[in-house]
Amino acid sequence: MNFDFSDDQKLLQQTAKDFLEEHSPLSLCREVLESDAPYSQSLWKGAAELGWLGTAVPEEYGGAGFGYLELAVVAEEVGRALAPIPFSTSVYLATEALLLAGSDEQKKRLLPKLVSGESIGTAAFTEKAGQNGVESVEARVDGGKLSGSKLPVPDGEAADVAVVAAQGGKGLSLYLVSLTGDAVEREAVRSLDPSRPAARISFEGAPAELLGTEGDGAALAGRVLDRAAVLLAFEQLGGTQRAFDLTREFALQRYAFGRPIASFQAIKHRFADLWCEIELARSNCYYGAWALSNEDDELAEAACIARLQASRAFDLTAVEMLEFYGGVGYTWEYDCHMFYRRAKSTSVVLGNPASWREKLISRLEADRAA
Amino acid sequence: MDFNDTPEEAAFRAEVRAWLEANAELRGPEDGGGVDLGELVDDETLSAAKAWQKKKADAGWACIRWPKEYGGRGATAIQGVIWNQEESKFKTALNIFGIGHGMCGPTVMTHGTPEQKERWIPKLLSGEEVWCQLFSEPSAGSDLAGLRSTAVRDGDDWIINGQKIWTTGAQFCDWGILVVRSDPNAVKHAGLSYFVVDMHSPGIEIKPIVQINGGTGFNEVFFDDVRIPDANRLSEVGNGWAVAITTLMNERASIGSGGGRAGIGDLLRLAQEVELNGAPAIEDSGVRQKLADFYVRSKAVQYTGNRTVSALSQGKTPGPEASLGKLVGAVLIQEIAAYGIELQGAAGVLNDHDNTAHEGSWQERYLGIPGLRVAGGTDEVLRNIIAERVLGLPPEARVDKGIAFKDIPTGPPSK
Ligand SMILES: Cc1cc2nc3c(=O)[nH]c(=O)nc-3n(C[C@H](O)[C@H](O)[C@H](O)COP(=O)(O)OP(=O)(O)OC[C@H]3O[C@@H](n4cnc5c(N)ncnc54)[C@H](O)[C@@H]3O)c2cc1C
Repeated sequence: MNFDFSDDQKLLQQTAKDFLEEHSPLSLCREVLESDAPYSQSLWKGAAELGWLGTAVPEEYGGAGFGYLELAVVAEEVGRALAPIPFSTSVYLATEALLLAGSDEQKKRLLPKLVSGESIGTAAFTEKAGQNGVESVEARVDGGKLSGSKLPVPDGEAADVAVVAAQGGKGLSLYLVSLTGDAVEREAVRSLDPSRPAARISFEGAPAELLGTEGDGAALAGRVLDRAAVLLAFEQLGGTQRAFDLTREFALQRYAFGRPIASFQAIKHRFADLWCEIELARSNCYYGAWALSNEDDELAEAACIARLQASRAFDLTAVEMLEFYGGVGYTWEYDCHMFYRRAKSTSVVLGNPASWREKLISRLEADRAA
Repeated sequence: MDFNDTPEEAAFRAEVRAWLEANAELRGPEDGGGVDLGELVDDETLSAAKAWQKKKADAGWACIRWPKEYGGRGATAIQGVIWNQEESKFKTALNIFGIGHGMCGPTVMTHGTPEQKERWIPKLLSGEEVWCQLFSEPSAGSDLAGLRSTAVRDGDDWIINGQKIWTTGAQFCDWGILVVRSDPNAVKHAGLSYFVVDMHSPGIEIKPIVQINGGTGFNEVFFDDVRIPDANRLSEVGNGWAVAITTLMNERASIGSGGGRAGIGDLLRLAQEVELNGAPAIEDSGVRQKLADFYVRSKAVQYTGNRTVSALSQGKTPGPEASLGKLVGAVLIQEIAAYGIELQGAAGVLNDHDNTAHEGSWQERYLGIPGLRVAGGTDEVLRNIIAERVLGLPPEARVDKGIAFKDIPTGPPSK
């Protein structure tokens, strides 16, 4: 058994870490958070030049032809840096949807641009509060024209192409839709984490091209979300570890009652508990990466447990971070709120924990019945 | 990243498997087991346990990680894990050697003289002699170094007086590892010495303690002028604490390696069998949410164990990180057991083999688990270990440092 990344993968991770330490300090995340810009163009360009956007894309479509284990370690670093780029949406959602269901022609036409960063993709599934995936979608495609409104669309302002869930002649299906045409109206909406903003997008007869089989939208969206869940879990893991490390350093140098606050048992024990949560998340993430890289049947379950535990660890750590910093933790000036925002935002963006718990139990029941 | 065995590991597993299949029966899904709740060990159980150990020893499959010269096979850490994984799939006798093989043996091998190892290790390995751990005292549990039993030198012997408590298995053991205070004037940790004591010595009185589940796994052990030859001392006089640390490190490694037995599979089965509000409980969304959380955590503990195995397989030694398995695992087992009772509705009040779902195993588990959270380091002690030794946070502020042991403040004696 070797439940660990290889030396080459660790080297790739270190390279990504070094690059991001130089080019994506927390001040970059703050810059995007405080400005109207939806993402950092310079960092996006850098990520593309390093080949990250096509890490798991076959070479024939312009990618690096590595696998998901490589993409997972890059994702962890992107998360650790709180990188303000549409990496998760364009790479884990749009690119993966194309790889899963695109025709050869669609892949040849779209993937090279997504890999080079020239094009940014997203997924437009939900329409209103309470939705977690493609359930109760009202948008329609008639005669190749899409009508309806999507909210929130992650990176909806930055993206130029979207994988849209809509009702077609044979039921729910996924479509590829260009976001730059006339029949598309985009509206920036304020987001909980403005370094990873979302938009509202309305379509009034926008040209829509079928992705995959008509009527197969729910199953396909489910598979896309499973893949994205594992990869996003690695981002969450990286963000959690960063928040934890910063908080530990802070607690060691902040004194109260004549001693470092890190020496109070109430604080130490909560650090110990958070550390356990993070290790548990890491274990489930590794399992997810393994299942993803093996195209394994177990991915359906692995995605759930990776996403749920990574969300939990990030949420708990970010909440404690603000508490352990004391008053300064609540200021705009300190970085704590960037983690607090990122944690909550990532725990719901692909569907909330309750929806993933439900998915997990349904899948276990199906397994047991089989 | 690979969940599968390497070719060498697979070959070893096949060898292990072949021997087990020839000598034991495979465990069925209904056979349960796994969590030792400190049942009373009667004569029959005891001889069955010894017989199984002897069988393994004769075939060279006992304590396989121990050196060949003592009857082991000098196996690697990963081979040890493979053996444990495979053995646990078979119906075997109750393991009464956990403390002896997990803690006492390694301590003797680390600190013993060649004569001591020669005397004790082979019979410990073969199961002919059973060992217990005489560490805790009424006023020294988490704060083990606060122990008060005394050792006074008398010629070639030491004379021991005092009381030990919570000694698992003392009633049927032949030898015990014992930490006592040999110098009350020294500072706390410096005044301790470490012995191996013959449990059949005159002056030892053993009184079973009844646990909350009615079992009597542990005991009070009283020492009244018990003589131990100096030849049974491990390491120097006054170095007992260092030896005790060796024992505790091994305890953590052996307790931490369990995992994965939280009972989530049984809980899913139960939720399908019982009803809630007139429909199968598994259909209730509240139940589903709860089951999912338990499942995520059970798997996380299991996969964390796999990461430890990977580290072992790469030749690394697990350190204080291994505390995670027991800290998270014990709480999880307890929560799952409590929920197992709740799912039974009002019938959860029962604890009767014939009239309770799953033969009352949920109630039994519920009553057994609190001991696991305390034994081998309480939750709080494990959190301190993680905070200080893994995360490098400052140690506890202490009031017992640098003064003679007799001057350290204490509470009233416990009843
Ligand atoms: C089933 C079982 C089997 C056992 N078998 C054996 C055995 O074979 N041999 C043996 O020697 N012992 C054995 N023990 C004893 C066990 O090691 C002790 O019970 C344990 O170390 C706790 O000590 P204590 O009972 O004195 O509780 P205490 O140490 O008095 O603890 C009471 C409470 O105070 C907390 N506490 C103590 N110190 C701190 C601190 N620094 N910070 C925060 N909280 C603290 C504890 O976490 C606990 O909640 C066994 C115990 C059990 C339950």
